[in-house]
Amino acid sequence: MADHATQTDDAPITASKQSDAADQASGQITDAKGSSIVGRSVTINKPAAELFSYFRDFNNLPTFMENVERIEVLDGQRSHWVVKAPAGGTVEWDARITAEEEGKSIAWTSEPGADVENSGRVEFRDAGARGTVVTATILYDPPAGIIGKVIAKMFQREPAIQARRDLNRFKQLMETGEIATPAMNPKQFEEMGL
Amino acid sequence: MKALAWHGKHDVRMDTVDDPEIVNPRDCIIKVTSTAICGSDLHLYDHFIPTMQAGDVLGHEFMGEVVEVGAKSTLKKGQRVVVPFTISCGSCYHCNKHQYSACPNGLPADNQDIARTAYGQEMSALFGYSHMTGGYAGGQAEYVRVPFSDVGPIVIPDGVEDDKVLFLSDILPTGWQAAEYAQIEPGDTVAVWGCGPVGLFAVQSAFLMGAERVIAIDHFPNRLALARKFGAETINFEETAVYDALMEMTGGIGPDAVIDAVGLEAHGLFVDNVIDEIKAATFLGTDRIHSIRQAIIACRKGGRVSMPAVYGGFVDKFPLGAFMEKGLTLKTGQTHVQHYMPALLNAIMEEKIDTEFLISHRLPLMDAPKGYKMFKDNQNECTKVVLKPGMAAA
Repeated sequence: MADHATQTDDAPITASKQSDAADQASGQITDAKGSSIVGRSVTINKPAAELFSYFRDFNNLPTFMENVERIEVLDGQRSHWVVKAPAGGTVEWDARITAEEEGKSIAWTSEPGADVENSGRVEFRDAGARGTVVTATILYDPPAGIIGKVIAKMFQREPAIQARRDLNRFKQLMETGEIATPAMNPKQFEEMGL
Repeated sequence: MKALAWHGKHDVRMDTVDDPEIVNPRDCIIKVTSTAICGSDLHLYDHFIPTMQAGDVLGHEFMGEVVEVGAKSTLKKGQRVVVPFTISCGSCYHCNKHQYSACPNGLPADNQDIARTAYGQEMSALFGYSHMTGGYAGGQAEYVRVPFSDVGPIVIPDGVEDDKVLFLSDILPTGWQAAEYAQIEPGDTVAVWGCGPVGLFAVQSAFLMGAERVIAIDHFPNRLALARKFGAETINFEETAVYDALMEMTGGIGPDAVIDAVGLEAHGLFVDNVIDEIKAATFLGTDRIHSIRQAIIACRKGGRVSMPAVYGGFVDKFPLGAFMEKGLTLKTGQTHVQHYMPALLNAIMEEKIDTEFLISHRLPLMDAPKGYKMFKDNQNECTKVVLKPGMAAA
């Protein structure tokens, strides 16, 4: 592990400019896997308990996660993920919940044999009159390293972009009951995707 | 259906496109009865706004009859409604604060990225106004899909003519908000740059809010005459040195509040304007801003600057020194239309505000391309073009 740059401020590690940010973050996540880090927060005008309960039912996630083709819930802790990959095809993995605090946070890690190793945590923090701050911190190994990351970005399937868009869609769905689209009809909505 | 589609700079056409259908439960579909061409549509026509795509249906000032409702719409078929140009959800943090044009929930997540990169945060979606604002088909069409129809459109009482209430969709609330942002106090003198629809509604609004004097600035004699009709004193900037005139008209103090209702295509052959034009043409800067510079320089010390005018990008030579040294306050932003609609509908019904004076031309929707050209080429006489899908072609 590289030497940690000393952090002299109070900013979240996901905003770090240091090259070893992912290493530092992995220290905070159980069974951390992945060498790249993504972090996004969004404020949603709903109680934490309501958001947590929708999110915790993984069957719901494809309703706002654009690249998730399907999730099979295997048992209380494990689920199987099938996710669209850049340039067509899919990648798959089993995920296991490593820590969970009812109404507050869910952490996971991928099981051995994952196409894309990843781990992370989603937190739901009460924000008073503004609702709840939902923060996703994701560690992952980009397919084929840095080249894969560039290609993924070209195809808009880079996890940083995805995480931001997925959280924004989660906010829309929770606050308005729908996901915004300029589609002129249901068929076009389906073709455009989320 | 027929709809006015953008195809490039100064190229808009009546295309045949699919009829809209209900997509989300809170949607409704309206059959358009009246729709106007806005000054900000000319920014699209002149291709000053990025993220336009060939085939985009324009129009953000429209009203009509509800013909279809989604499961969660509160409207009923047959109701007549005016639709606000801002697409706002009514339940997020910003909507709860009545900052409707800051609502992110109508803007698709991929479009949010564009705005976040350009402006730091995403703004509300708008009808018919580029993909940065959502890529929603606009109202210069026979039918429109209206999201969040349970909180956006305002129902118009039977027997009230379209032409009286159509401008609730944008320019009347925009002019009113401009005057409100000028924080007018009794006895104030307010100067308004630009006697287009927003400027003229700002003139009326400023008087209703207690301004003692309003000074309106433009170079089109017909538009200045309309401002005078509402009690404004006028300055024609082609004949008169604006700063000198304002100083003399205010006893050397300057106007207490200034309103820039011109925006990014400010006309006039001023040196800074010519430089701006060269820079805009070479993409070194995107906005031409003579009017806001002049307004800041003329404003009295400790005065208020209100900027309803549309700006999209970066500017230079912004008189930041004058702004700071004089201790000015600036308020600006896209209009929070939904916040103002009910009170302004009442003001129209009570005949406190005149709206119909503005309409210079009524055309069938099919003549929309002609309407754009006319509005662009003859701004003196052409103050507002209203398109009527139901009107037979001449």
